Amino acid sequence: MLMRGRFGAFGGAYVPEILMPALEQLEAAFLEAQADDAFQAELASLLLNYAGRPTPLTRCRNLGGAARIYLKREDLLHGGAHKTNQVLGQAMLAKRMGKTRLIAETGAGQHGVATAMAGALFGLETRIYMGADDVERQRLNVFRMQLLGAEVVPVASGGRTLKDAINEALRDWAASFDTTHYLLGTAAGPHPFPTMVREFQRVIGREARAQILAEEGRLPDALVACVGGGSNAIGIFADFLGDDEVRLIGVEAAGRGLDGGEHGATLLRGRPGILHGAETYVLQDEDGQIGDSWSVSAGLDYPAVGPEHAYLKESGRADYVGATDDEALAAFALLARSEGIVCAFESAHALAHALKLAGEAEVIVVNISGRGDKDMAQAQTLLGLGR
Amino acid sequence: MSRYETMFARGEGVFGAFVMLGDPTLEASAAILDALVEAGADMLEVGLPFSDPIADGPVIQAAAARALAAGTRPADCFALLAEFRSRHPSVPVGILTYANLVMARGRDHFYARAADAGVDSVLVADVPLLEAGPFAASARAHGIAPVLIAAANTPPERLDAIAALGGGYTYCVARAGVTGADQAVRFDHEAMLARLHAVGAPPPVFGFGISTPAHVRAALAAGAAGIICGSAIVDLAARGEPVRGFVQAMKAATRGGQGGPIGGPILVP
Repeated sequence: MLMRGRFGAFGGAYVPEILMPALEQLEAAFLEAQADDAFQAELASLLLNYAGRPTPLTRCRNLGGAARIYLKREDLLHGGAHKTNQVLGQAMLAKRMGKTRLIAETGAGQHGVATAMAGALFGLETRIYMGADDVERQRLNVFRMQLLGAEVVPVASGGRTLKDAINEALRDWAASFDTTHYLLGTAAGPHPFPTMVREFQRVIGREARAQILAEEGRLPDALVACVGGGSNAIGIFADFLGDDEVRLIGVEAAGRGLDGGEHGATLLRGRPGILHGAETYVLQDEDGQIGDSWSVSAGLDYPAVGPEHAYLKESGRADYVGATDDEALAAFALLARSEGIVCAFESAHALAHALKLAGEAEVIVVNISGRGDKDMAQAQTLLGLGR
Repeated sequence: MSRYETMFARGEGVFGAFVMLGDPTLEASAAILDALVEAGADMLEVGLPFSDPIADGPVIQAAAARALAAGTRPADCFALLAEFRSRHPSVPVGILTYANLVMARGRDHFYARAADAGVDSVLVADVPLLEAGPFAASARAHGIAPVLIAAANTPPERLDAIAALGGGYTYCVARAGVTGADQAVRFDHEAMLARLHAVGAPPPVFGFGISTPAHVRAALAAGAAGIICGSAIVDLAARGEPVRGFVQAMKAATRGGQGGPIGGPILVP
């Protein structure tokens, strides 16, 4: 490896030896591409003309009381979530490395859809691993992926959700790395994924920084983003890490409450361990068996977290808090009625915390990481609409 | 001499048998371990069941799931191994597991428990050379051999480092992918084996996909010191069939000397 691949004590590359050459090839391709003007120009053009960047920074007209709450609108990105930013970058790297096939994991289906889009765009055979239970819950996204030409493989092992889909993608990659790029969907996993995904998602914070300076003439008091694996959060945090006056707040899924076992609050209730290639916080029992997470939002339903968030927690640069299923659902409904915006359940966790902050902070930026179309069926049931 | 050194000094190809501890119960796996030894296994590789075994195919995944469903915990496994050691003082026993189980109560705690149970080596499937330093140091501090993995795509300089850091034997993966007995195995590892031999690596033992006597003969002919068979044994046991006859046949295939000239690729279906 050319880089250290560590964030303090966290990160690293804990994979079977046979995958190390693939990670090294990826790291080298990524570093070359970062310094390659032609690559950067093509990516910038795709983000502008295909994905729809820059995304707006919308000031809430009705929410927030005395505070001014701004929404970074990744929900308006092509594909419906921030995932597209880094999928385009990784798919370009896959082509650059001469790979002909993409594999990816997906939970709710947003990353699977984004990867299927990139597979279609770049002419790469695409296979998406998805927990068998998620396949049942997210039928529409399964159909979207299939429409885009991807094969969706239900994973029936373990808890039949995102964690198990990642296991299966890693197993595929151990046999297929010669021809295949594993397009990991978040800023987690072995080095170089956490660094690479952060750099491809950094565009969120870079835009938000310029936009808030133009609107307010100053930096915000707080940035708030939801954290599952943590890619939308690290993407909006990255350009603000040196601005000590800006509070960085990650919101984890408190699910049905932090004191029970049903949540996805890895940084709040987990402890350091090693899962899916990285040393990071993990929900686990005393023996080290990985715990089952829970969240109303499939995208936050993951028992580990990107290693840079583990580092930002330990260093104190970022704070991590929880929002329950109920708090997120209330914020989801409130945003729809107050501002005319239907956000993803994941993003609603961030908004729920921002609304609590409104008394103590004046200017708050919330990352609306995705739109809520995928959550309509669940919302209908949970909010009792349409009856 | 260590148990591994004594075993390799016998000069015949080594047959290593793998099973998952606690699959389907602790009592059953204790009985299987005895049966494997009585049928001729030279060394045992035992899995500590982990919830998320990314290096394993469907057969070993299912074995781990059965063991965990039966409530198997690492402490139970160490107790079982300590009892095995009292019955079989000279058979080398290696643990194969994943990093999070080693780290859960701290690395040193894990290796100390393994040493107390009479374990000879520990292989951590998701710890490559890059991350192996602290694991190997803790292992050696407790008298445990840190087994490292070498693959056909591992660069030469890294093979040298694996040879220097590893102990017990060198686990050579016979093919890409995860554990399982469902694919052809191609023994074209001459460059890797020659390099490992040249730098004095612990003896090379092949695993992944070894499931027939023909595989055993081909691996030994290619220059391996031995082989490890896992999925085929676990699959037999899971179907309620006796493992003794299979192990006897596999062990018989190792007789007739190890090593020999390193020839061209040998493809075995």
